[in-house]
Amino acid sequence: MSDDLPIIKIEGLSKAFQGPDGEFFALEDINLEIKSGEIFGIIGMSGAGKSTLVRCINFLERPTQGTVYFDGQNLSDLTKKELYKIRQSIGMIFQQFNLLMQRNVLGNVCFPLEIAGVEKDQAVERAKELLSMVGLSDKTYAYPSQLSGGQQQRVAIARALATNPKVLLCDEATSALDPATTKDVLMLLKDINKNLGITIVIITHEMKVIEEICNRVAIIDKSRIAEVGSVEEVFTRPKTAAAKRLVFPEEHSIEMVPGKRCCRIVFNGNSSFEPIIAGMVLDFRQPVNILFADTKNIDGKAFGQMVIQLPDNELTASRMMEYLRAKNLTVEEVDGYV
Amino acid sequence: MFDPEVWIMLGRGLLESLYMTLVSTALAYLLGLPMGIAMVVTDKEGIYPRERFNWILGLIINLFRSIPFLILLIMVLPVTRAIVGTTIGTNATIVPLVIAAAPFIARLVESSLKEVDKGVIEAAQSMGASSMQIITKVLLPEARPSLIVGAAIAVTTILSYSAMAGFVAGGGLGDIAIRYGYHRYQTDIMLVTVVLLVLIVQVLQEAGMRLARLGDKRK
Ligand SMILES: Nc1ncnc2c1ncn2[C@@H]1O[C@H](COP(=O)(O)OP(=O)(O)OP(=O)(O)O)[C@@H](O)[C@H]1O
Ligand SMILES: [Mg+2]
Repeated sequence: MSDDLPIIKIEGLSKAFQGPDGEFFALEDINLEIKSGEIFGIIGMSGAGKSTLVRCINFLERPTQGTVYFDGQNLSDLTKKELYKIRQSIGMIFQQFNLLMQRNVLGNVCFPLEIAGVEKDQAVERAKELLSMVGLSDKTYAYPSQLSGGQQQRVAIARALATNPKVLLCDEATSALDPATTKDVLMLLKDINKNLGITIVIITHEMKVIEEICNRVAIIDKSRIAEVGSVEEVFTRPKTAAAKRLVFPEEHSIEMVPGKRCCRIVFNGNSSFEPIIAGMVLDFRQPVNILFADTKNIDGKAFGQMVIQLPDNELTASRMMEYLRAKNLTVEEVDGYV
Repeated sequence: MFDPEVWIMLGRGLLESLYMTLVSTALAYLLGLPMGIAMVVTDKEGIYPRERFNWILGLIINLFRSIPFLILLIMVLPVTRAIVGTTIGTNATIVPLVIAAAPFIARLVESSLKEVDKGVIEAAQSMGASSMQIITKVLLPEARPSLIVGAAIAVTTILSYSAMAGFVAGGGLGDIAIRYGYHRYQTDIMLVTVVLLVLIVQVLQEAGMRLARLGDKRK
């Protein structure tokens, strides 16, 4: 398998459900390619179709239309048995962890191996190995009800990795966890991606999750993919309204100030912004009004945007914009609120 | 208070009642458990949806469930005679007991299995589990505590049904209660049988509940 062959390829996928008033499309014309070894994020509002999409990737949900290729194989072509087999190479974790409550931790991690027909001794050995990897060796014989949410999710991760999958699907895997635990779990996923080379698909409604670990992101809005690209690209220069809504939700509160010129400055990791604005104000001896600022730390670099109100004077305003552009910033004039 | 023969008779009745109840429960589970599983699995939301089959099976279960036991007892007499060769005695009573209890057990099993978290089933599916593996490795083990509670309900219900079989000389404590209490006005003997029945129900119910709690790892 060549490296640039996508591990998951989705073509023209639609999924219709029988709703109370006729057919309802939870997904429409989805096209996506997920590369081997990447951490791919899918973000969208509640009800956008994220879970349905991720369930189509392992055919827990059969698409109404379109094709899903996993590792070059068209899933629609597979027999039931072949599909069961291929699911062993697609691990999945969930918001509610979904552990077997009547089995202890070891039993849970052994479960997929039992299903795959692995011998008991081997399964136990592998399970113990995985439990030590997720840092839960001391809970081997505990039951899920005796564990915290974060620990349960670690067990679920160990379980999902038991059969050496190529891909790990995560449906809101951190949404039931507190921020600190979320971070721990995300770091664990990042390590798994780096050390085991497992492709990770992360479904979430939280920007933070995407920023923290994803390489690329798709924004799903009202059953359709609105935008796909690198996290950097999409989060600094969202093109579609849906993406803007997600990336800069606070923008709606910026009021239009009549007669004054506003411009949006985009920081793309080349500079930090405070000195630039401060420097500009000093150089021009003219105040600017910061209407909105939102920066994020992505992969150790500063990204974000700021909306500032320039002085009334046309000439000063356009010179200021030139000044900013000279500093390698993307500057665009916006009317009113953006 | 009674002659030794009366005690011996009561002891025999007790054993007969237990025998009928336990054998009937076992046989009824043999029929009812698969029916209950089938109801859950073939449900519209189940792991192997077969709506027509589900509808028909549900109808059959309801049909049998709606026939009062005493009437069923008489209705199945020809079946009983064909299977056991007689219509009186404990073995003859087992036939209607099984026929009455199986659909009841099917419903108990169904409701227990429906309590199993959908997410856990989905997780098993995502690992490539077949429907059979989901039944044996997820549905039944995860529902175990609830199934045991159901079994305690089933066994005590069957015991009380078995006592009704006394009306057709079905053997057991119910038979004694009717022969002595109803036909001969020996209410003291009837009272003792009732006390014995109450005690058995208590013991079985309590044992079932404890067993269920003991095996439940959710607490
Ligand atoms: N089995 C189903 N039958 C009918 N409608 C469904 C089914 N599953 C999902 N839907 C509908 O499809 C739409 C998308 O659901 P989905 O669960 O994929 O959303 P989501 O993006 O995961 O949302 P959330 O963030 O709330 O989990 C919703 O309107 C939902 O009601
Ligand atoms: Mg969802």
